[in-house]
Amino acid sequence: MMNKVNTTTEAIGLIKDGMTIGVGGWGPRRKPMALVREILRSSLKDLTVVTYGGPDAGLLCAAGKVKELIYGFVSLDAIPLEAHWRKAREAGGFKAVELDEGMLHWGLRAAGMRLPFLPTRCGLGTDVLKHANIKTIESPYDDRETLVAMPALRLDVALIHVTRADRLGNTQTLGADPFFDDLFARAADATIVSCDELVDRMDQAYSADADKNLFERSLVKSVVHTPCGAHPTISAPNYGWDMSHLKEYSGFAEHDDGYKQYYQAYIDGGEAAYLEKNGGVEKINKLALPAF
Amino acid sequence: MNTNFSLAELMICAASEVWRHNGEVLANGIGPGPRLAASIAKLTHSPELMMTDSEARLIEEPVPLGPKSGPLAGYTPKYSGNADFSRIFDIVWRGQRHVMIGPTQVDQYGQTNLSCVGSYEKPKTAILGVRGLPGNSINHKNSFFMPNHSKRSFVSGEVDMVSGAGYNPKRWPNEHYPIGMELNTIITNLCVMNFGGENRAIQVISLHPGVTFDQVQSETGFNLAKSTEICETPAPTKEQLEIIQYLDPHQFRNSIIKGNPPGSAKSA
Repeated sequence: MMNKVNTTTEAIGLIKDGMTIGVGGWGPRRKPMALVREILRSSLKDLTVVTYGGPDAGLLCAAGKVKELIYGFVSLDAIPLEAHWRKAREAGGFKAVELDEGMLHWGLRAAGMRLPFLPTRCGLGTDVLKHANIKTIESPYDDRETLVAMPALRLDVALIHVTRADRLGNTQTLGADPFFDDLFARAADATIVSCDELVDRMDQAYSADADKNLFERSLVKSVVHTPCGAHPTISAPNYGWDMSHLKEYSGFAEHDDGYKQYYQAYIDGGEAAYLEKNGGVEKINKLALPAF
Repeated sequence: MNTNFSLAELMICAASEVWRHNGEVLANGIGPGPRLAASIAKLTHSPELMMTDSEARLIEEPVPLGPKSGPLAGYTPKYSGNADFSRIFDIVWRGQRHVMIGPTQVDQYGQTNLSCVGSYEKPKTAILGVRGLPGNSINHKNSFFMPNHSKRSFVSGEVDMVSGAGYNPKRWPNEHYPIGMELNTIITNLCVMNFGGENRAIQVISLHPGVTFDQVQSETGFNLAKSTEICETPAPTKEQLEIIQYLDPHQFRNSIIKGNPPGSAKSA
C-alpha cells in the first residue's frame, strides 16, 4: 500500500536552499510549527516564504532563513505586533513583499489554476503595486477598465497542518475556518502535511467527516505525524493557542540575541523535548480555544 | 442630558451611526470600539445589518466581547451562516460590506497606513502589514475609528506607505474611482468627520463636548474643512449605554483611550 508517512527530518529534506515555500494557516492559527521548527534546526537558507504570517514568519525571519517574505500581514492577533518579525523587518533583514490579503489569495489561486495572473482591483491606488513590482492590465472589453494583474505565486513546497491525515495523504481539517490551506496545496509542486492525528485509512477511520477534506491526496507528497504540531498556535478543535508561551516568545525579542536564546531554550533539543518543555501533549491538548 | 459616560462610549455611539441606512451589508467593526458600534447599530436602528462572531460565523444577535466566563459564563453564540475568511473576501469583492478599522496613519485624501512608518525597505517602525486595506478601500464603504487624534495619526502630505487607497487625484487619472469605492466617516476622540468637503475633502461634522474646531485643526497635519451644519456630537442615550454594558461586561472599552477620560466636560 502507498505510504507517504515520513519523519519530520525526511519531509523537510524535500526543501532545498533558495526554494519558495508556502505556509498554511493564518496568523496564530493552525500553523505547521513542528515543520517550521525543523527548518530552524536545518541548514536551509535563502528561502522565499509566502504566508499569512504568525510565529512562522517571526521565527524564520529571526533565524535568517528568509531572503524574501511575501505576506499580507504578520501578527499574533491577541499580541498584535509580532516582535521577532518586526525586529528583522526594521533591520532590513529580508526583502519584504507586502500584499493585500486578497491579492495573496488570488496569486495562490492563479498558481493552482496554472495561469500567469488573475485580474483584480485590489491594490489599485496604493503603494503595494510599486513595492511588489506588480503590473496592471487593461480590460479587452468595452469597459476598458485598468485592473491589477496579480501574478501567480508558484510554490515549490507548501507546509500545512491538518487535524487528521492517513498514510495515503488524505486529510481532514476540523477548525471552523479552512483559511486558504487548499490554495497553498494547489499552488505547490509538493505539499508536506503535518497532522495532530495519523490513521492508516481515512475512509475506514473517519468516513463521516469526508466534507472536512480541503484538498485531495494527489497534492500531498509527505505526511508527518506531529501531535500538537501547531503549538503555540491554535489547532481547533484540539487545542487553543498557548498565550503564555507566545508572550514568553515575544519577550525574547527584547534581547539582542533573543532568537538564539529562544532557539536554545525550546528548539535545539528536538520536538519531543519541545513538547515536554511546554507541559507535554496532554496539557497542550487542554489549552482552551480563545473566545472573541 | 446624561453626562455619566466615557469618551470611548461617546465615540462608540457616534460610530454606530455610520451603519444607518446601509441596507443588508456586513457591518464589520475591527477591534472593541468599532465592534461595539456595529453591534449597537444592529440592535437599534438597523437590524437588517449582517454581522459575524468576529471569528468565522454569521450571527443575528451580536456576541458579547471576550471570554465567555465570569459575567458571560454559560453564553453560547447562535450561528446563522458561514463567514470564514474566504467568504469575507467574496463579500468584500461584491461590495456588500462597511468596515471600520483603526489605521496608524490617515492623510488628507483618506489614504491609510497599516504597514510601516519610515522607509519601506528599512522602516523605523514595522506595523502589521497592509492586511486587507487595499481591497477594502476600493470595494466598499470604509470608516475609521481613531482614538488618538494628533498630527502623528492625521499626517501632512501622504501617509508613509499607502496601504488603503484614498481620494488622491494624482493616483486616479480623471478622478475615476473604482466601482463601490467609498470612504465614509472618521470618528476620533475629538470629533466626527466625513469626506463631504469640496472635492471630497475631509470636513468636521460634529465636535465632541468641550472641543473646538481650532483645537481639532491644531491636532491635524492638514487643513480641515468645516461643515456648514457642524454640531455637537450627541451624547449616548440610556439605551445605548445599556447595550454597551450588556455586550462588554469585561470592560474592554475602558482601554480604548489612555486614562479612559469622561465623555463630557460636565462629568469631569
